Amino acid sequence: MSATAPAPSTTTLTYREAVRLGLREELLRDEDVFLMGEEIGVFEGSYKVTAGLFREFGPIRVRETPISEEGFVGAGIGAAMMGLRPVVEIMTLNFILVAMDQVVNHAAKIRYMFGGEVGCPLVIRTPNGGGSQLTAQHSQSFEVFFAHTPGMKVVAPSTPADAHGLLKAAIRDDDPILVVENLQSYKVRGEVPNDPDHVVEIGKAAITREGGDITLVAHSFAATRALRVAERLKRDHGVNAEVVDLRSLRPLDVETVSKSIQKTNRALCVDEGWATYGISAEIAARIQRACFDDLDAPIERVGLAEVPMPYAKQLERAAIVNDDKIEAAALSVLGLGPDVFSY
Amino acid sequence: MLLIRIFEEEVERQYKRARIGGYCHLASGQEGATVGAVHSMQDEDLLFSSYRTHGLALAKGVDPDAVMGELFGREGGSAHGRGGSMHLLDFSRGFLGGWGIVAGQLPLAVGAALEISYKDKRAAVMCELGDAATNMGAWHEALNLAAIWDLPIVALVLNNRYGMGTTVEKASGEPELYKRASAFRMHGERVDGQDVEAVLSAADRLLTRAREERKPAVLEVVTYRYRGHSVADAGTAYRTQEEMDEWKKRDPLLIYRQRLLDERRATQAQIDAIQARVEKRVEQAVEAAEASPEPPVSSLSQHLYGDPASREQFSRMSPGSPFGERELVLEGLGR
Repeated sequence: MSATAPAPSTTTLTYREAVRLGLREELLRDEDVFLMGEEIGVFEGSYKVTAGLFREFGPIRVRETPISEEGFVGAGIGAAMMGLRPVVEIMTLNFILVAMDQVVNHAAKIRYMFGGEVGCPLVIRTPNGGGSQLTAQHSQSFEVFFAHTPGMKVVAPSTPADAHGLLKAAIRDDDPILVVENLQSYKVRGEVPNDPDHVVEIGKAAITREGGDITLVAHSFAATRALRVAERLKRDHGVNAEVVDLRSLRPLDVETVSKSIQKTNRALCVDEGWATYGISAEIAARIQRACFDDLDAPIERVGLAEVPMPYAKQLERAAIVNDDKIEAAALSVLGLGPDVFSY
Repeated sequence: MLLIRIFEEEVERQYKRARIGGYCHLASGQEGATVGAVHSMQDEDLLFSSYRTHGLALAKGVDPDAVMGELFGREGGSAHGRGGSMHLLDFSRGFLGGWGIVAGQLPLAVGAALEISYKDKRAAVMCELGDAATNMGAWHEALNLAAIWDLPIVALVLNNRYGMGTTVEKASGEPELYKRASAFRMHGERVDGQDVEAVLSAADRLLTRAREERKPAVLEVVTYRYRGHSVADAGTAYRTQEEMDEWKKRDPLLIYRQRLLDERRATQAQIDAIQARVEKRVEQAVEAAEASPEPPVSSLSQHLYGDPASREQFSRMSPGSPFGERELVLEGLGR
């Protein structure tokens, strides 16, 4: 459940349907909004997110591109500088690397480098994540590269309602935003407000479960896992975990995270990506500054094993962040289980 | 042409006096190519350029005071002191920036052309690139999109024979760069950049075609830079004095001035008057830059984001405080 209060009227949608609804509503609302990406038209999207939109809006508003990320991300940036509101789909986050120069050296720099004289209201949406034997080049979560970059905004919703509301907020925002979706999240179901103006404020985390014993900090599908683990901790160990879904990685809502840890005195950061130099490293650094006197245990982190994703099922299982690993880590932080963090 | 020549000579002087810093790429020798191409543009046409950008900005009508102000790092600069030599911009004049990554501006220019097509405007985009940019992936991807989407854009390749110190022949499988347009079934042609009127006529024809018929093209303009790649490069390690002397005999200003006199389109007195006016204008630009305030340190994080909430948050950011969190977080926690 999202912290976004469900409006009187909601519909149960999958995450995928919620993104599609958000795109459709924004296409209907603003003629300057258009979609661009590989196979988003006739093919209806690699993950079927844009299904039906090409038929409804046609080839100008739903523009199919060749496999040419540097080219069409750059074209999105140029169109955004001219005042259009392009929503560019990258098939998966892995493929954005060939457009990295356009995103980091161009989109993120434009407003500042030109002294505020021109902006870049661009949205790039793309799924991250692994866990389906997609292996090393197709299972990565490096939203941190973009969250590292001033001038960018990065959001990573975990629920259908947030996927809907944050995408719409991103499309209406005046700066370049990476919207990180997730392959596992696409089938998650949840309530989405029946409100074409439902937007979720960028830069605000959500407390998705209240508790007083430990704070689990996560984003994207890891936040969904964290909620599941919190229920398990309650059932099996009588522990009340609080879950903070970051929702936004840049700007980062350090205030909400810190307030939670002020209450629980313990923190575990969960990130589907590699922990080293990762999102969880940033969170830990911020928490120790804001909550130094509150902490009853070291801040700990769970992330992907520090290897490229392997193929064989049991190796993949050993590498990825799963519920068991999060649970063991939480118990370790609570002093209720073996120390899993010794090097 | 004369304004650009004298302006850049002044820039070099000011750089040596350390009033201009950073990278600084001069283009003396390329004025015929620059002015011929840009003066073929209409007001509603848009220009993107590489980092060798002072002349292109001036030719598109960016105020010399704003250009010099930017080079001096002042608030009165075209990017209010945030961009410097490589990142001039004047949106109102259709000058959409000097860009610092080789060929990186071409996908953006294609995007601007896409906007023209999307809104069905009667305008075209010109995107200046150096010869070496044609070896980049962005060149290929962007022109391919321009071709399949029938976008109104002219890729203007200012071939000054060298990418830094590497010759076109050494760097390019097809050194006749205009021929690379054929990879996209796109029109390409080459013109002598030392003849401003030849460039003007070719650029006008291709821009008109782009504007009226939505046909993209590549225009290769062969020219030469007298100075090094940047002010840090003497420009002598990779080319001979004889070569440089030969090119200076075909100086675009010299050729055009002589033609005006020969064809009685101008008198020596008129040319002298232009020279005096331009010198005065450049002096004024230096004075304006000197008079413009330096951006205050308190404005460090201004212009990072556009929306009011982020603007407000970042306006309170002090150096070393990435999200203004001293106010937001510690005060929020009651500390």
